[in-house]
Amino acid sequence: MLILECPCCGVLADETELTAGGEAHLKRFGPESSDDEFEGYLFRRENPRGVHFERWRHSHGCGKWFHAARNTVTLEVYGTYSAQTTEPPEAIRQKISGVAPGWKWRLFK
Amino acid sequence: MPGVHQMKRYSAFAVAREALRFHTGWERAWRSPEPRRRYDVVIVGAGGHGLATAYYLGKNFGITNVAVIEKGWLGGGNTGRNTTIIRSNYLQDPSAAIYEKARGLYETLSQDLNYNVMFSPRGVMMLAQTQHEIRGYQRTAHANALQGVETRFITPAEVKELCPIIELDGPRYPVLGALWQPRGGTARHDAVAWGYARACSAMGMDIIQKCEVTGIRSENGKVRGVDTTKGPIDCAKLGIVVAGHSGVLAEQAGFRLPIESLALQALVSEPIKPCMDVVVMANTVHGYMSQSDKGEMVIGGGTDGFNNYTQRGSFHHIEETVRALIETFPMISRLKMLRQWGGIVDMTGDRSPILSKTPIEGCFVNCGWGTGGFKAIPGSGWAMAELMAQGRSPLAEEFSLDRFRVGKFIDESVAAGVAH
Repeated sequence: MLILECPCCGVLADETELTAGGEAHLKRFGPESSDDEFEGYLFRRENPRGVHFERWRHSHGCGKWFHAARNTVTLEVYGTYSAQTTEPPEAIRQKISGVAPGWKWRLFK
Repeated sequence: MPGVHQMKRYSAFAVAREALRFHTGWERAWRSPEPRRRYDVVIVGAGGHGLATAYYLGKNFGITNVAVIEKGWLGGGNTGRNTTIIRSNYLQDPSAAIYEKARGLYETLSQDLNYNVMFSPRGVMMLAQTQHEIRGYQRTAHANALQGVETRFITPAEVKELCPIIELDGPRYPVLGALWQPRGGTARHDAVAWGYARACSAMGMDIIQKCEVTGIRSENGKVRGVDTTKGPIDCAKLGIVVAGHSGVLAEQAGFRLPIESLALQALVSEPIKPCMDVVVMANTVHGYMSQSDKGEMVIGGGTDGFNNYTQRGSFHHIEETVRALIETFPMISRLKMLRQWGGIVDMTGDRSPILSKTPIEGCFVNCGWGTGGFKAIPGSGWAMAELMAQGRSPLAEEFSLDRFRVGKFIDESVAAGVAH
């Protein structure tokens, strides 16, 4: 069972208490954007086999959104952090680089 | 060297002949050769869809200089992990066309392949347990009538007659009717992969297992071949048919797919005496069940809500599924569960598959079948072979990658999440 620590209320919550919200740090597009930009934003996710940054909501807890860094193969959780950011914090990036050699933020083009 | 490999036909006579000589004459169902340096067509993924694609390339278009390469073992992915349900009661015309093509091909697949895939058109019912579902399934029944797919909306009394072990007045949701497809059913999932593999091998195609693709080579936007753990293989055309790992292969080729990979679970009970001879799907309470020829109750569960490549899935989904099925079939409450497993399903935004050309010339993808690919295997292979051989296929037309850019979705709510 996946257990994440909610950075908003500090509770260790298992996945039945949480709702997954998909990939984090998306660049959003609005009116006047091209079809290609909309398609990329709406549908083309990284879907990596490995390190994944994602949005979660502590829906049966404090109700707030947060971000998690997780591995989709080993299910290892690298950490959770506030949703009020556009990039993963440096500490989490360093931790991931330590366990997954060769990994870099935004490696996937 | 390529060429037709004469294989002995399976028949009642063959069984008698082998019985008289201590079964020493059975040959391997398919060859396991080392890869050659070059093929006309390379298919990545020896699951049902990949093997069916290769088979119809050979059968319908005479293209037999083909290799099917597989990272693990043949049929060991979602082909060997599903709940073997076959139906074609979809709402949208493009879906009904390709799934009904598949269901029709299943009817004669055993004869076609000379391999018993145990297709059993025992009938599939999808229970309506809310007023909303009644209206939805009546609409589907009308749509199916126009599409030439035989389905009918049946009453609770007919449901009970077809499946006596069902509880019509359950504690949460009563059974208010069902969408009934009498020619839907099940087939032996492994046999589908094995039958196609044997037929492909007989046509001279190479099936190469335990060979992982590590890179896809292209030049000036045109595909040149693949790098594998058994060395480089050149090809003129490449088909990527790898379900949950489609994104990984697409990344190697340098493009992105509108796919997310999730774990979907299934489980089977201990074998019991025959008690139900139809497939029942209860989508409101999230559970579906059929009985295998061995007597096990085959049960399908839900997908995890988060990206996952582990082929396991979360435990609480099993609890939810089993709880739902005990409400629907109270007599199974004392059954012990025998095995549980997961597969990585490739979900698209509109829950419909992708059969398409890609930004790389000569490279095609067949993916996005999500939670319901098994039923589509023959139709998917048929359309994909047509697409790869001729550059276009009427069945695959609407399922191109382009639909996500232009917004022409094939929204299949009945194909969503758990309902397979």
